[in-house]
Amino acid sequence: MNTTTYSQLLHLVMPEVIVVLTALVTLAFDLLFLRNYRTRVRFTVAATLASAGCVIAILQLMLAPVQSNLSDGMFLADPLTHLVQAALLLLTIVTLLLSVDSTFTEHVGEFVLLLLLATAGMMFLVAAQDILVIFISLELLSLSLYILAAFDKGTPQSSEAALKYFLFGGVSSAFLLFGFSLLYGLSGSTNLTQIASAIHTPLNPLLVIAIVTTVIGFGFKVAAVPFHFWAPDVYEHAPVPVAAFIASASKVASFFIFFQVMLLGFPQIAGSAAWRHFVNGWVPLVAVIAALSMLLGNLVAIVQTSVRRLLAYSAIAHTGYMLLALVAHTPQSLAALLYYVLTYGLATLGIFGVVGVVEKQTGTDRLSSFSGLSRRAPVLSACLFVFVLSLAGIPPLAGFFGKFYLFVSALNVAPGSSGLLWLVVFAIAMSAVSLYYYLQVLKRVFVASPPDEATPIQASVLTQTVIVLLAAAVVLLGCAPHLLLQGIMAAIGPAGL
Amino acid sequence: MLAGTIYISFLGALALLLLPRRSTTAARVLALLTASAGFAIALTAFLQHRSGELETITRIPWIPTLGIEYHLAADGISLCLVLLTGIIAIAGVLFSWNIEQRTREFFSFYLLLIGAVYGVFLSYDLFLLFVFYEIVIIPKYFLIATWGSTRREYGAMKLALYSFIGSAMVLVGLIAAYVAAGAKSMSLDSLAGYPFSLHFQMLAFPLVFVGFAILAGLWPFHTWAPTGHVAAPTAASMLLAGVVMKLGAYGCLRVAMTLFPLGLGPWGFHLLGLGSWRDVFAVLAVIGIVYGALVALVQKDFKFVIGYSSVSHMGFILLGLMTLNQIGLSGAIIQMLSHGIIASLLFAVVGRMVYDRTHTRELAALGPMNLNKAIPFAAVTFVIAGMAGMGLPGFSGFVAELMILVGAWHAFPVLAVCVGAGIVIGVVYIWRAMQKAFFVGDAETSAPSQLPPISLPERLGAVLLIATSVAIGLYPQMLLRVIAPALNSPLFDGLRKGGWR
Repeated sequence: MNTTTYSQLLHLVMPEVIVVLTALVTLAFDLLFLRNYRTRVRFTVAATLASAGCVIAILQLMLAPVQSNLSDGMFLADPLTHLVQAALLLLTIVTLLLSVDSTFTEHVGEFVLLLLLATAGMMFLVAAQDILVIFISLELLSLSLYILAAFDKGTPQSSEAALKYFLFGGVSSAFLLFGFSLLYGLSGSTNLTQIASAIHTPLNPLLVIAIVTTVIGFGFKVAAVPFHFWAPDVYEHAPVPVAAFIASASKVASFFIFFQVMLLGFPQIAGSAAWRHFVNGWVPLVAVIAALSMLLGNLVAIVQTSVRRLLAYSAIAHTGYMLLALVAHTPQSLAALLYYVLTYGLATLGIFGVVGVVEKQTGTDRLSSFSGLSRRAPVLSACLFVFVLSLAGIPPLAGFFGKFYLFVSALNVAPGSSGLLWLVVFAIAMSAVSLYYYLQVLKRVFVASPPDEATPIQASVLTQTVIVLLAAAVVLLGCAPHLLLQGIMAAIGPAGL
Repeated sequence: MLAGTIYISFLGALALLLLPRRSTTAARVLALLTASAGFAIALTAFLQHRSGELETITRIPWIPTLGIEYHLAADGISLCLVLLTGIIAIAGVLFSWNIEQRTREFFSFYLLLIGAVYGVFLSYDLFLLFVFYEIVIIPKYFLIATWGSTRREYGAMKLALYSFIGSAMVLVGLIAAYVAAGAKSMSLDSLAGYPFSLHFQMLAFPLVFVGFAILAGLWPFHTWAPTGHVAAPTAASMLLAGVVMKLGAYGCLRVAMTLFPLGLGPWGFHLLGLGSWRDVFAVLAVIGIVYGALVALVQKDFKFVIGYSSVSHMGFILLGLMTLNQIGLSGAIIQMLSHGIIASLLFAVVGRMVYDRTHTRELAALGPMNLNKAIPFAAVTFVIAGMAGMGLPGFSGFVAELMILVGAWHAFPVLAVCVGAGIVIGVVYIWRAMQKAFFVGDAETSAPSQLPPISLPERLGAVLLIATSVAIGLYPQMLLRVIAPALNSPLFDGLRKGGWR
């Protein structure tokens, strides 16, 4: 173990330190000076401060592109983690800006504090290759999210959703910790690469338990079937910005670390999910989970009448697609996964932004409250059009290229053989099903006529600007995927996965 | 320059959205100007085209890491279809001059659809082609669901899902081919030149072919077509029958058949007398021809007659493709144009001239209205369009169907006889619809109903379409001049070596 001075350590974790300091400053400022102002003012100031902090952290990330590995994977800094961290910060900023109009709470400082602590947790999470640090950061993230989900104290459903989230999350954390402890027992190390070198085929029962519990733990975080039960409730009843945050940033971080753990920790016992060449390992397990997620998510989404619940099931389906990248587990599939999950995060944030505006004015997120939205709010509807079709995978939007690249990378594992073709065919078939319920939403917006007493729906300038920018980003990344792909490729190359 | 057709249409769609809310006339004029500009570009390019040449329009790297290029190119086949798109686009705008509700949005979706169709015909990179192909689905859905009639939401959703399932099949095939060829390029000629294994082609060919053929109305996957046509507003059914179904046929020829020519070869065994995918699809095409005609014969709804006649005529195209000889393939391409024009004309008569005035499409209800006296222009147009549809000499349908029949006679003599029966039934159902809708009323006893006269835009649109059909019918050489060399280009080498006779 190489020695590291505290100043080096501080230099390395500077972005995270900035985020945490911002959180504390925002809390202090809000409590000391703004207590007597209106909620909106407090939110504006807090969001501005917090966003400024995040921007500084992003700058810090970009200015210090160091290649460093502290204490054997306790804390990693390379272009790849920097890229993911910057993306997480960006998604956090968007979430903050979208929450400015919120009225669900008066505890603005605490809200922003928790949001930023969750972000700090995610930043540590993606930079770790040590199961202990991974667990601790994951807990920091999860605990913050549990509280955030319950933040709307006015409605009992919010607390109910948060309780459900907490109970499921607690159990899955226990599973994860159990799996990690077995891994430590088997290998005598908490470092992923050392664990990888210590374990090998044939599988022994303890190892099987360790892998299964690890997959359960992460499966919960990414809301894969059958660990998805919390998602619909949380998506439907958590405050809008929180639901958006859970659906975007938290998903990016969870998927990244899931990939990292499986790829670095268990490369020897991956097994194979190729058609008629199944080999025991974690890959067939993940493949089954992926297929189940696509199937259940898409089919259940069809019958939803609440837009947020529909988004939850569509998120489960998207989790299924993204798990394909884990099944493939190549550097190319990591690039595909990152592209997919980032653009997915943007589109989801955008949808939640629009849903937030509509919900605020009509009081509900039922599909019926979206009737004739195109005449009540043309700009927002146009943006919603872009986001929803991007999720459906219609070109030239970002979601299409994400899917295309993901499927190519899955098939590219073993070119010439049928390999993962069965899973890709299944995924494409399921995404054809998904068009049905996405079009149901758009039909409401564009085809149905607005209710008689309908008035134009107004969004604040800031919210509208953010949503339009998100839509522009989705279109741009769809038309010119290279802009983002180039960066991801350049970052993955030196990461040496 | 040809790329302008795509950009102008998309810009027009965008500009329409920026117009003030109530400006319906401005929206119509803008749409007409945009469509005419697209047509003018297409026509110029068609006239300047040197036959046999593959004209590269734009070729720039798009996603270099995956070898995907933004590559637009045109040969004789795509030029013909681009020209068709231009004509139908203008006619469609003229026939939807009476759209009053949400006019801007209507024409915006309309031009978006047109732009994407141009894009499909001009794409030479398969990724790009697929992008445009999928863009087509969305405006089509909204055009039907918002401005349609009978069961419009059902028809629109059915159409969207069928198209999307078809394109999902195509996507699987394309990704598999791209990866099997080393994931280096999606360019049409480089993939067409790649020697895929026989086993791969045997599996990929039917997948991609059926994926495209769903949109071309291949029996038994045609059921979206009649419901979609009936639900759609006039302009949308014109586009649907006129160009969107051609996208499917074009994809079959341009993608499925050039990429996987060995997939057309014999299986090595016989099942129910069928020895290859080629036999299977030829038989399905003939079933489509006869079945479409028979069903059209018993319809009570005027628009369903035309809807099923489309299925029948699209069967000719698919049969022409399966003949795999020069004359059959050329006939198939001319039939694409011919059917595009005739079907849009028929839909214009039924949907715009008749239905928008009488508000019924029941043949039994139309008869007593004495329409040949009330709106003689509509009656005359329908008679002309009907004659063209039956394949009377002098019209485009005659040339196309004759060529396909000759091609089919070389390739599948038995099937050619069945097609003959289909043509005869075709005469009967057109005759029956014409008689029941226009000429059943007794002129002496019943006075003609008072209906608004046929407006100028309708006249212009009808004349444009009839003139095109007659021009092709009288001088098919102007199309054959560019089609024949295109079919002999290196792109179709694999097909020629594979099963061309």
